[in-house]
Amino acid sequence: MKFFKRLSYVYSVLIFLFLYAPIVVLIVYSFNSEKSRAKWGGLTLDWYRALFSNSEIMRALSTTVTIALLSSVIAVVIGTMAAVGIYNMRRRSKMAVMSLAYLPMLNADIVTGVSLLLIFSALGLRLGYFTLLLAHVTFNIPYVILSVMPKLKQLDPNLYEAAQDLGAPPATAFFRVVMPEISPGIVTGFLLAFTMSIDDFVISFFTTGSGVSTLSIMIYSMARRGIKPEINALSAIMFIVVLSLLLIINLRSANDAKRSDSRPVSAGARASSR
Amino acid sequence: MRKRRTSLLALPFTIYALIFIAAPLLLIVVYSFCVSPQNGVTLTLEHYKKFFDFSNPVYLQVLWRSIYIAVISTAICLLLGYPMAYILSKLRPGLRQVLSVLFVLPMWMNFLLRTYSWMSLLEKTGLINSFLEAINLPAFNIMYTQWAIVLGNVYNFLPFMILPIYNVLIKIDQSVIEAAQDLGADSMKVFGRVILPLSLGGVASGISMTFMPAVTTFVISKLLGGGQNALIGDLIEKQFKTTGNWGFGSAMSVIIMVLILLAMNFTSSYEKDREEGGQLL
Repeated sequence: MKFFKRLSYVYSVLIFLFLYAPIVVLIVYSFNSEKSRAKWGGLTLDWYRALFSNSEIMRALSTTVTIALLSSVIAVVIGTMAAVGIYNMRRRSKMAVMSLAYLPMLNADIVTGVSLLLIFSALGLRLGYFTLLLAHVTFNIPYVILSVMPKLKQLDPNLYEAAQDLGAPPATAFFRVVMPEISPGIVTGFLLAFTMSIDDFVISFFTTGSGVSTLSIMIYSMARRGIKPEINALSAIMFIVVLSLLLIINLRSANDAKRSDSRPVSAGARASSR
Repeated sequence: MRKRRTSLLALPFTIYALIFIAAPLLLIVVYSFCVSPQNGVTLTLEHYKKFFDFSNPVYLQVLWRSIYIAVISTAICLLLGYPMAYILSKLRPGLRQVLSVLFVLPMWMNFLLRTYSWMSLLEKTGLINSFLEAINLPAFNIMYTQWAIVLGNVYNFLPFMILPIYNVLIKIDQSVIEAAQDLGADSMKVFGRVILPLSLGGVASGISMTFMPAVTTFVISKLLGGGQNALIGDLIEKQFKTTGNWGFGSAMSVIIMVLILLAMNFTSSYEKDREEGGQLL
């Protein structure tokens, strides 16, 4: 038994090494004063300084962040409304609309990307920021619906009616009674949508036009001829930010009574599956 | 009556989804049967004939290579991931919570960058080979081969195998295991007859979550596989981004959709509780 314990310990360490090796390499190289990744020239913070004066990277960063913010806000509005609507539908139409919502999740990203490219050209839209935004809204809405839906199912339907019996108009009843109950689902949906959007490459690659790149697209175009060390610096910063955010969220949810212990993990897991 | 009116809230989404989810997929199918759809529509089977041309099976070979690499990658993910999920599930709740977050964490670093980073590790003069050289071991040259693509797939998609299996394993009722033990089953039997069958749902969603991105990738093959190991994803990307043969690209997209549907159909017979799977998805 002790042997198995030791074996499983060694095994876990090896798997973690495998998963973290490339990340450690990236972070270490962000401090390398040599421009090439073949040589080590000593420690430097130059790339971190150069990063903020590199207008190409900064523009891509701002496209990435604004697309992520806008698309997740739009997705939250449309998706939350949709969830409430679908919840109140009759069985048959509920099934139909839900399978429509599931479709982008079941499809490979490349198929979603290509299909959006086809519709944009059929509609005569010029590829660029706007089509990129539309594409991100499209793949983000389902995540919002699927995060809000379980909260609606947990909701006591009598609450909403009770509020109306006590004289609240439907809108007031919704915003004062239903909203507070489903808001955790809305927040989860927003965070999921935001991370999906930041992380996406394949769909953006097919739906953006010349001149508009997200970070992922820029990295892809750089990869063949060598990635600028500034990108390493940027990704190291982003990694540390995400690490601290995750730590905070997890510490909070650990204190937050004992919710089913897989929730934050599975949310994150899906976030990168695209 | 009130309910009916509330259900109208789903209308914006329904319209949006019809335009940007349903119509685009239909368009792919339509384009795949059309010649030069830009100027005038002519129905044709040309693209499918070109793909399934057995006298000149270049495209079939690519499809076969994509499936082959995806199957091997998925199998390795399963072999590596199941034990890891099992080990994780046996830890005490606090610890396993922390560790499972650590599994997700690498995925928050840009996927392209992580794959790129493997290039610096695997290159002829890369870190792994310098290390092997330093301790007098033969060099390890898999860069720009199919095995590099397999490695990239396993690296990128291993967490999608571990997490669904882990999520199913921690939900197994401990009393079922104790009952088996009370009835005299040894630990091998408990695993083979109780734990493994109960975890098949997780295995099935793990397989579909790894196989789908692996079979459609074009990033990993391009970065790690070099030019000569193109996959079906590369072919589709090329039709849309450089060659401009949208009809042929659409036909290949349809083929890949059918392939994925078949694969999902195969695994979903094990996924009894769709709801649970949906959460994970």
